[in-house]
Amino acid sequence: MKLSMWTYEGPPHVGAMRIAASMQGVHYVLHAPQGDTYADLLFTMIERRQSRPPVTYTTFQARDLAGSTADVFKTACRDAVARFAPDALLVGASCTAELLQDDPGGLARTLDVPIPVVPLELPSYQKKENWGAAETFYRMVRAFVGRAPRPENIPANSCNILGPTSLGFRCRDDVTEIVKLLTDEGLDVRVVAPLGATPADLARLPQAAFNIVLYPEIADVTARWLKTAHGMPFTSTVPIGVGATEQFLAEVRALAGLPKRESPRRDRLTWYSRSIDSNYLTNKRVFIFGDATHAIAAARIASEELGFRVCGLGTYMREFARDVRDAAARYGVEALISDDHLEVEAAIVAARPELVLGTQMERHIAKRLRVPCAVISAPTHVQDFPARYSPQMGFEGANVIFDSWVHPLMMGLEEHLLQMFRDDFEFNDGAAASHLHPQAPAVKPAADPAPVAAAIAVASPVGVIATWTLEAERELQKVPFFVRGKARRNTELFAQGKGIHPITVETLYDAKAHFAR
Amino acid sequence: MSLPQLASTCNEPTAVAQPIRQRGQHEVFCGLTSIIWLHRKVQDAFFLVVGSRTCAHLLQSAAGVMIFSEPRFATAIMEERDLAGMADMHDELDNVVARLLERRPDIRMLVLVGSCPSEVIKFDLTRAATRLNAVHAPRHRVIAYSGSGIETTFTQGEDNFLAALIADKVAAPSGGTPAKLVVVGCLADVVEDQFARLFAELGLNGVVFLPGRDAIKGLVMGPDTRFILAQPYLGATAAALEARGARRIDAIFPLGAEGTSAWLRAICTAFGVDMVRFDAVVAQPRRRAAEAMAHYRPWLEGRSVFFFPDSQMEPSLARFLSREMGSELLEVGSPYLHREHVAGELALLPAGVIISEGQDVDLQIERCRDANPDLIVCGLGLANPFEAEGRVSKWSIEFSFTPIQGFEQAGDLAELFARPLMRNAMLSGGAERRGAAQ
Ligand code: SF4
Ligand code: SF4
Repeated sequence: MKLSMWTYEGPPHVGAMRIAASMQGVHYVLHAPQGDTYADLLFTMIERRQSRPPVTYTTFQARDLAGSTADVFKTACRDAVARFAPDALLVGASCTAELLQDDPGGLARTLDVPIPVVPLELPSYQKKENWGAAETFYRMVRAFVGRAPRPENIPANSCNILGPTSLGFRCRDDVTEIVKLLTDEGLDVRVVAPLGATPADLARLPQAAFNIVLYPEIADVTARWLKTAHGMPFTSTVPIGVGATEQFLAEVRALAGLPKRESPRRDRLTWYSRSIDSNYLTNKRVFIFGDATHAIAAARIASEELGFRVCGLGTYMREFARDVRDAAARYGVEALISDDHLEVEAAIVAARPELVLGTQMERHIAKRLRVPCAVISAPTHVQDFPARYSPQMGFEGANVIFDSWVHPLMMGLEEHLLQMFRDDFEFNDGAAASHLHPQAPAVKPAADPAPVAAAIAVASPVGVIATWTLEAERELQKVPFFVRGKARRNTELFAQGKGIHPITVETLYDAKAHFAR
Repeated sequence: MSLPQLASTCNEPTAVAQPIRQRGQHEVFCGLTSIIWLHRKVQDAFFLVVGSRTCAHLLQSAAGVMIFSEPRFATAIMEERDLAGMADMHDELDNVVARLLERRPDIRMLVLVGSCPSEVIKFDLTRAATRLNAVHAPRHRVIAYSGSGIETTFTQGEDNFLAALIADKVAAPSGGTPAKLVVVGCLADVVEDQFARLFAELGLNGVVFLPGRDAIKGLVMGPDTRFILAQPYLGATAAALEARGARRIDAIFPLGAEGTSAWLRAICTAFGVDMVRFDAVVAQPRRRAAEAMAHYRPWLEGRSVFFFPDSQMEPSLARFLSREMGSELLEVGSPYLHREHVAGELALLPAGVIISEGQDVDLQIERCRDANPDLIVCGLGLANPFEAEGRVSKWSIEFSFTPIQGFEQAGDLAELFARPLMRNAMLSGGAERRGAAQ
């Protein structure tokens, strides 16, 4: 039994729903109680999907348990086939139905429905959402691809894109970006799956020369099977960031038998990062957490393309722990593999980042700690499905990343000017940088109360009550307001570590020296 | 559950036809969802769901990540080793609880909430509560109830929670003056305070709200204790109170000016408050409510409305729309109709209105499309798909999360219904959009 307040992933059947909702002509009959229908709103609300996800829930009740929940399931299957006329039916159980052991796959076979039925076995008490999505995609591909030999004379430049799904982070725009990039490069993209694919499209997968795995969390298992069963090679680079995109294109060209070529510079990130305004980004401490793919890519961009310093790297996906550990080793940090948000929060506090790149969970943690943050990975919320075109992949994706990671930070020249004019009455503590929202981090006056007594106790984000002498508190007020929150946190952390109590002016400067980069 | 014989309890026997009852997919939340407002209201309680990752995900999705912080609810997620018998479930739960109470010593009442998985494997949480009480009471009182989707729909979770509170005799304060009136059902603090002021002005004392900010403060029952429901979904709670000798005051529910007046009048009648005094006290707030509602009436008058089932508040909401806003009702769906408690509401609905209980969502969607209402009141899973068809929707969960009861909120209630219609009129192409979808 595991105590959980917030979770990074839903149950595996939600992963299966994401595959069903991604595809065309597929309907999923889920043996589940009524409350499980909440999952519909993930699609209709977060993603603003315009139709109900193609899922029928059996919504059995306690009184059905005495009779036959199996009959309820069979009726739901028959009705769903008649009503929605899908090309294929997925059937499976949610956590509750798994305990009933009704065997949806076996029941569906007895029904004689005129379409292929793909049964899913998703162990709800062991596995989670992404695993469920990957497994469902794999089962669908196996069901429709079969073992028939591949055609001869497959053009070397033909490929499929595997992995994008409904509710994935920026998948919609990534696909557009990558298809365009590949087409410009002379490749022939045949099938994109599961997003937008029909069962018939899945059957055509072996007719392309190789596969492009955009999201290993979803497509790795499938790509491996297609390699074993049909000898289709697949890509290993995920094109997030300028360097990775170039590497990806080189890999794709090699797989397609195209000659190497020097690619023209097509992004702005590289120049923006070189321009002198970006000097102030140097060695900014960044904490990164997300699904494995996005976290690893973010660490590479942060350190190689923006000149940040990675002070923490982790994932909530144990399945990919090894990859993240390898990456973390490259940046000299220890990987955090955890799906406990309290543990992640503690790690963020300890790492003292100046920027957090994470999921919606880390966004909320960062907001509480008043550290700037950008979202780089699922789990997502409605604002992670922006109206504008904003891919993460390819060269345009790199541009989007530059903007979305750098904008939450103080702009370089602006930071400089604020330093110079900090005594000007218009640049008082209430005035934030002009491009930031008034509620921007670290400017809430409430966090820096004027000293009223000789020593003041302030609840700090570290969770301890730190006491400051009046003098030390006055000294702290002289620190420019936009870094004052950080100075306070660092000092308290330092004092806590050394058991110093109360905090004096001395402690303040000791801490400053201690944390100097 | 017997078939409600609605007609027999109505003033006008012909008013309401037999409800449509269909068996198919229900598109409703389970009882766990009421934890979202219960944990906010009852500030000394912590709700621990014993369930699966699905239950945890439901709570998180329904709550929105908005309130992200360390909330006063959590899920003890059962895992393979628990189910395979590799670990003793009761020991596991004890450990989870011990760790939780260590982290949150401020918890005064720990509420174990049963889920579908815990019920299917017959994990007895009442027994667990008894055992845990032996260790943790009186510092931390432990009670249990079911919020499972196989037993409860959405607001029924609150019903079971309150019934469990009442049944928990040990936790109930003994001694002290018995309450004269218990107002039953979760109300927003602001609404509770308004009613408390009105009761004081009416000269009614000894009023206790259940749940109050700390769950059962002052809940002492005596032979003369009366209670009134502030929410229509409290069948089990009412039964628990009646079992302890309290008598229910029958009334329609305090939604809109009419509902609030009738509700207060029923209380005053029961306690023999002078009607002149009653009229004097409610005159001002009632006038304010009328004034506030008048702003929105033009948007709702003559508009047709279709209710999908959600919270069991639908008959009351429909009565408000029909009688105070002049709307036309096409179908009033409710997950369950408590024939006795909503008899007064159903009697006030216009003759011939279609009532449905339970759901086959696909068939109901078809009926709704055929009826082509001006406004569809439905859950979050259905709202955007309807909007995409060019229809106008109001998401129903807001009626459970927003203060809508009482005189001062009557205008807000009207506004909740009017807003989507106003918005549709404001956005360019609104009208044509709708036309195109027909
Ligand atoms: S319906 Fe049952 S399994 Fe699903 S979330 Fe509710 S209690 Fe949990
Ligand atoms: S602010 Fe963000 S996290 Fe909160 S509810 Fe809105 S979209 Fe969700």
